Amino acid sequence: MSEFLDMGGYAMYVWPSYGLAFVILVANWVSPLMQRRRILTDIARKLRRDKREQK
Amino acid sequence: MSTLSLTSAFTLLLKRDLVLAYRRRAELVNPLLFFVLVTAMFPLGIGNDPKLIQAVGPGVIWVAALLAALLSLDTMFRSDFDDGTLEQFMLSAHPISVLVLAKILAHWMITGLPLFIAAPLLAMMLNVPTDAIPTLMLTLVLGTPVLSLIGSVGVALTVGLRRGGVILSLLVLPLYVPVLIFATDAVKTSIVGIPTSAQISILAAMLIGSLVLAPLATAASLRISLS
Amino acid sequence: MGSPRYFYNVAGKMIPWFAVSFLLTLIAGIYYGLFVAPPDYQQGDSYRIMYIHVPAAWMSMFIYIVMAVAGLISLVWRIKITEITIISSASVGASFTFLALVTGSLWGKPMWGAWWVWDARLTSELMLLFLYLGIIALYSAIEDKRVAARAISILALVGVVNIPIIHYSVEWWNTLHQTSSVTVTGKQAMSTSMLIPLLLMGISFKLYYGAVVLMRARAEVLERDRNTRWVRELVEGEMK
Repeated sequence: MSEFLDMGGYAMYVWPSYGLAFVILVANWVSPLMQRRRILTDIARKLRRDKREQK
Repeated sequence: MSTLSLTSAFTLLLKRDLVLAYRRRAELVNPLLFFVLVTAMFPLGIGNDPKLIQAVGPGVIWVAALLAALLSLDTMFRSDFDDGTLEQFMLSAHPISVLVLAKILAHWMITGLPLFIAAPLLAMMLNVPTDAIPTLMLTLVLGTPVLSLIGSVGVALTVGLRRGGVILSLLVLPLYVPVLIFATDAVKTSIVGIPTSAQISILAAMLIGSLVLAPLATAASLRISLS
Repeated sequence: MGSPRYFYNVAGKMIPWFAVSFLLTLIAGIYYGLFVAPPDYQQGDSYRIMYIHVPAAWMSMFIYIVMAVAGLISLVWRIKITEITIISSASVGASFTFLALVTGSLWGKPMWGAWWVWDARLTSELMLLFLYLGIIALYSAIEDKRVAARAISILALVGVVNIPIIHYSVEWWNTLHQTSSVTVTGKQAMSTSMLIPLLLMGISFKLYYGAVVLMRARAEVLERDRNTRWVRELVEGEMK
């Protein structure tokens, strides 16, 4: 197991590469989802305000 | 009332831009001055080693030309945009790409040509061997129009923006890099004495390509920016 | 067919398919790449960075080409969906370019002894990152997003000349970067046990891009159409 983690001595090059890939994949996945949520909440808020003003 | 032929419109626009620039002669000197000053700064910064200065010479001259071109790009459409003339051009019956070409040509004559003329002086300041100077001049005469042409697309895209200048550099510099690489490669190769036909041909191809394509892209960009 | 509401709904149904197939190929690719593929004769285990670096580089170019094609279609036919595709792809494209550059450095340091060299391939890949950033910057600087979308269509098209430069740079110049070795025949061919995880990762990243660009495009469509009835109905439905 420790041999695997060691990556033949290249651990400090290999693992940061995979780690960075993981971070980037997660970030680019989460970002559009959060953006969509933000837009929906924003539109909902404006809709509620318009309804109140109409009364 | 008769409408102008395309050639007359082109020449008229070219003359107009040149006359306007001439009226502001003092400003014409700015890019040229910048070019000379930046080039002069390098030996001062690097130190007095003549071999080192000679090694970086072609690159420094070309980077300075690049920066000077970038600085001057804004003048291509700025004043016309500000006083509404640019919108009038867009209404013209003539193909806008041809009118744009006239403005680019004027811009190059005002900003690129002086760099070309100043180059021998700078070459001497940076210990560029005399035999390589014709190649340097050739790269400048082929390359600086490309800078104006490619730059015109960037200016057209950013002319309406408030902080357009910063974005302009970001947009245009990656596109300038191939010109820089081939031009400096040509000069360095000629310093060593090897023929430079390959690099020069590529620069010429870039010039022809951008001459054909850039005005079209710039015209489309202006239409979009002014919409 | 090009209607935003139709796109929003169809894309919403497609995303889970992309997501699941992405995860499956990713897991398979990483498993093969880290556990099954043997160490390299010359580079030992450091070559395993390739399973991230090469697919990332492929994506950096692929996504830009998609943007340029979408740009061309947008300018000629003015289709909303292709206009949205460009900005929806820009940040993930920039991310992959960044990933390719950094993993390239991490691979290059033990291999060549340098974190960076200014050779043709690395320099043009770096320029690609700047092109992506320029597109993102220009889009955010222009207030009217429809105008912004058309502006970046032109920018994406103009910058596409960089792609062949990146791809052929290792053939045209003497570069430090190795020449193409992803072939199945010929003496430079990679062994199958090393090739399979590479292809799996390549497919995986493409599926990932499919999912992400659809997610991003759905958000953009909502933003653009925020005042239309279908969006209002959608929001009222969601917020219950």
